[in-house]
Amino acid sequence: MRPFAYTKVETLAEAVDALAAAGPQARLLAGGTTLYDLMKLEIETPSAVVDVHRVADLAGFDTSGDRELVFGAGARMADVAEDGRLRRDYPALSESLWRAASQQLRNMATLGGNLLQRTRCPYFRGGEPFACNKRSPGSGCAAQEGLDRSNALFGGSEACIAVYPGDWATALVAFDAEVDVHGPGGARSLPLARLHREPGDTPQHEHNLAPGEIITRVRVPVTPAGRGSAYLKIRDRESYAFALVSAAVALTLDGDGRVDECRIAVGGVATRPWRVPAAEQALRGNAITEASARAAGEAAFTGARPGRANAFKIELGTRTVADAVRLAGSRAVG
Amino acid sequence: MAATASTAAGSAHELDLACTVNGEPVRLRVDTRESLLDVLRERLGVTGPKKGCDHGQCGACTVHLDGRRVVSCLTPAVQVTGADVTTVEGVAGPDGELHPLQQAFIDHDALQCGYCTPGQIMSGLACLAEGHAGDDDEVREYMSGNLCRCGAYAGIVAAVRAVAEQGR
Repeated sequence: MRPFAYTKVETLAEAVDALAAAGPQARLLAGGTTLYDLMKLEIETPSAVVDVHRVADLAGFDTSGDRELVFGAGARMADVAEDGRLRRDYPALSESLWRAASQQLRNMATLGGNLLQRTRCPYFRGGEPFACNKRSPGSGCAAQEGLDRSNALFGGSEACIAVYPGDWATALVAFDAEVDVHGPGGARSLPLARLHREPGDTPQHEHNLAPGEIITRVRVPVTPAGRGSAYLKIRDRESYAFALVSAAVALTLDGDGRVDECRIAVGGVATRPWRVPAAEQALRGNAITEASARAAGEAAFTGARPGRANAFKIELGTRTVADAVRLAGSRAVG
Repeated sequence: MAATASTAAGSAHELDLACTVNGEPVRLRVDTRESLLDVLRERLGVTGPKKGCDHGQCGACTVHLDGRRVVSCLTPAVQVTGADVTTVEGVAGPDGELHPLQQAFIDHDALQCGYCTPGQIMSGLACLAEGHAGDDDEVREYMSGNLCRCGAYAGIVAAVRAVAEQGR
């Protein structure tokens, strides 16, 4: 690991100042489960690290509000996953947290850090001699001609097909979450759907935060579709693995049992959190049946661009969405 | 106040660490790059936590930090200041009597080579304390961060469940 200057801060204001002072090669350290791991691999080589893991301004969360759920960026995944209101009224959000990583990592990792966790593409993590435009801009993309089983079917470019691996953000994008950030220019908010960037020609730029900005909170508008929600995650093993495919579904049913509000996103297959309006459109107004759920799944994967070894995810993903729709429907209040 | 590793007492890349390990106060100067796992094993001689993968994927280095299970390989040592660290060495009674979960691992053949066992024990204790040992499936889910290359999983689940049933 490369040497770095370490600064521990106690408040958000100190964090903003320390990050600005440390310059563009600095990184924020919270739970450390992504950053410190990648520093060991020398994929991340920050000159300075600002440690925010004890910043009280960022801790805590409140799911009791009438208008929105509020999650501090420093809240730990394990604590939020256990929250009683979340488990009952927003099961997809709780499931997206406890089906991620292991309990040890969830005790460490924060909600804000998890949003910006970096890709698991083996050519990104593998370092030299593999070409990777995300890690080393201009070097090429070894995944295009390589083992692409874990790479994206949506949102990729010639420069990069690395999958965004997070579960929490995939669920959040279905719920129209907002992200609050704080930086040298003050505070602002942006939709979670605009936090992450598609790779395009510049896969090294993964998010739309300005230099020195820190994620402080995630806010989720209250919706009755939370009760009728599910986060289904299909993995190579039953637990503790990244998604081959995942689906976040949240819906309400009208008095006739037809889908009214409908929100669907998929994970494990795209370069950023991936909402699928076509699937929502396909399902809305219909009763949930095997056929309508399947149709939603097919709509979700229309336009998929598989490589050589990940085309199986079209059928797998179609069925994952369909199963998540039926599970969410079984939970929905009619 | 922001505490920058200052140059007054040496390199800007070192920091004083003060914590407790298995109840014993520890003070030492650490490189900011050092993991808690490396400090425990290489500096303090606490070798229960194992370096299986060093990337948070195997759970062999699991310890408790202020009562919560974490992987010590992905815990920068500088983050541990002020915390209580418990390893498998701190689990048995003062006279060396095994903790009921340690005894249950023996009774249920929950190990073969034993390399993963210190991490399994620490994870299992937390699994019980968290209330995540209600049935076999829940134990499997909440112990999934601890891999066992020998495949003693059936015994591990049985051991954790046995202690949960004892209500300890």
